[in-house]
Amino acid sequence: MGPQVPLITNYLTQHFLDDAAVGLEGYERLGGYAALRRALENSPADLIELITSAGLQGRGGAGFSTGLKWSFMPADGELPKYLVCNGDESEPGSFKDRILMERGPHQLLEGILIAAWATGAEKTFLYVRGEYERPAEALERAIAEARARGIVGTNVCGSDFAHDIVVIRGAGAYICGEETGLLESLEGKKGQPRKKPPFPAQYGAFGRPTTVNNVETLCHVPHIVNNGADWFRGFGTEKSPGTTLFGVSGQIARPGLFELPLGTPLDELVFEHAGGPAADQRVKGVIPGGLSMPVLPADQLDVPMANEFLRERRTMLGTGGVMVMDERTCMVRASVVIAHFFRDESCGQCTQCREGTGWIHKLVERIERGAGVMEDITVLEDICAKMEGQTICAFADAAAWPIQGMLRHFRGEFEAHVVQRRCGFAESFEL
Amino acid sequence: MVISPETRAAIDEAIARTPQPRGALLPALHLVQAEHGHISLELAAAVAEILGIRSGDVMEVVSFYDMFHARPQPRHHVSVCTNLPCSLRGARTLLAQLEAHCGVAAGEPTADGRLVLGREECLGACANAPVLRVDGTYHEKLDSEAARQLLDGLE
Repeated sequence: MGPQVPLITNYLTQHFLDDAAVGLEGYERLGGYAALRRALENSPADLIELITSAGLQGRGGAGFSTGLKWSFMPADGELPKYLVCNGDESEPGSFKDRILMERGPHQLLEGILIAAWATGAEKTFLYVRGEYERPAEALERAIAEARARGIVGTNVCGSDFAHDIVVIRGAGAYICGEETGLLESLEGKKGQPRKKPPFPAQYGAFGRPTTVNNVETLCHVPHIVNNGADWFRGFGTEKSPGTTLFGVSGQIARPGLFELPLGTPLDELVFEHAGGPAADQRVKGVIPGGLSMPVLPADQLDVPMANEFLRERRTMLGTGGVMVMDERTCMVRASVVIAHFFRDESCGQCTQCREGTGWIHKLVERIERGAGVMEDITVLEDICAKMEGQTICAFADAAAWPIQGMLRHFRGEFEAHVVQRRCGFAESFEL
Repeated sequence: MVISPETRAAIDEAIARTPQPRGALLPALHLVQAEHGHISLELAAAVAEILGIRSGDVMEVVSFYDMFHARPQPRHHVSVCTNLPCSLRGARTLLAQLEAHCGVAAGEPTADGRLVLGREECLGACANAPVLRVDGTYHEKLDSEAARQLLDGLE
């Protein structure tokens, strides 16, 4: 059946076009689970050192050092300790984890088992987004295969290490991708994020020390164990090593999933790999990292896709979801779609977020209809500034940033809507 | 409405896999909804009793998550992703065409209880926009004609 999406492959995705490589037999034939066996011969401390020196950064949005995160787990102390794999991919524009789970379930399980050994976890909760029924089924099949072969269970690959993996399906709530929202959801509660500290390494799932890692992050781990830190640092930039999966969508000739080194220039992604916009169109703006990240205008697409460079342009890599908009698209209308999403998905726990996301949507929608006044634009800026950094989790920031980005680069479009009392983009998508 | 012995056995398995019974709440609700189509107050009370928690704890979870339904549902859920990547590739036009075809607005079930059209906030299939989710299955890169045929084929 194939991955059903155009691919550029590298080490994570090299076998994704081959249906025979999805199951355990095919995965092992291609060298699968060798990294796990090697890892089990090393101490957890050595593995944490390896992943830290490789410079692997979390691929779930925040980009935190994976090795450092693992090192926060208490090295001894009472069991149980847990690993949580975050497969709640819900960031609009992002679809990499779905393909990783469907096409490479054993690669993920191998990464999980190595991470579990390194952090002393006795059980992994693999939390899969509720809508992702097919990926969840692929993982259940892979776990059953691995259990039957003694790769998951009381003696992982014949060692003394015991580990079990449980798939838990979410039920349609974006906020459960936030790691402590996810932990609440695992415990059978509303997915409302927790105050930090305490961090999950101290007080995680069911109150026990827990590491939470994203799907893609864990998929890199076996490759680092097999090939070493220096090999991994041969991809990407000095500060952001490795490849990542860029999901390119929107008004572009060849949308797809492209595994490329971090630091690949955005214009190379958009024009070379994704084929650029339609023949008679020009790119207007690109959202570089999922809906939460501020847009970049057409004259800033030379930026290398790594956080150290994107931060200079006041945006971030996020989840690598690249959305391309051409000149037909009304940026105010795009802002209405963005604002609607965050209003809908706010968990309602913090006032700034619950009220702020509603007001942003109301104001942007009013401007789009041609019923806005100039003051609405400054009120929007004021609301965004008052949401940033003021709440329990980063959702409020994620709701404010894209609107701030639109106002930073396309303020003229907002003003034109107010002055002309209408939207002047006849060819933009209808709301 | 009662939870069948088969579903009860599956809930017990889920309880065995989690450190605290309440950790089996989401799996239990998926199972009960798969059997009954929705989670009534009566079913919520039954789940609460199995897990040793209050009905209110169950209902607050049912109402928090979009995929759980407290009321009876039409036979099929058809949702069109209308987030930005899909909107940029014609999803909203497609939804409007399907609304016209079915004679209902998104969110309203058809009079015969056959289906409800809805909007979805990003299904994670952005490269193949527009995307339709029919019950549990994704249909990608759909044009209007193919989507209408798909809907007409639902019982």
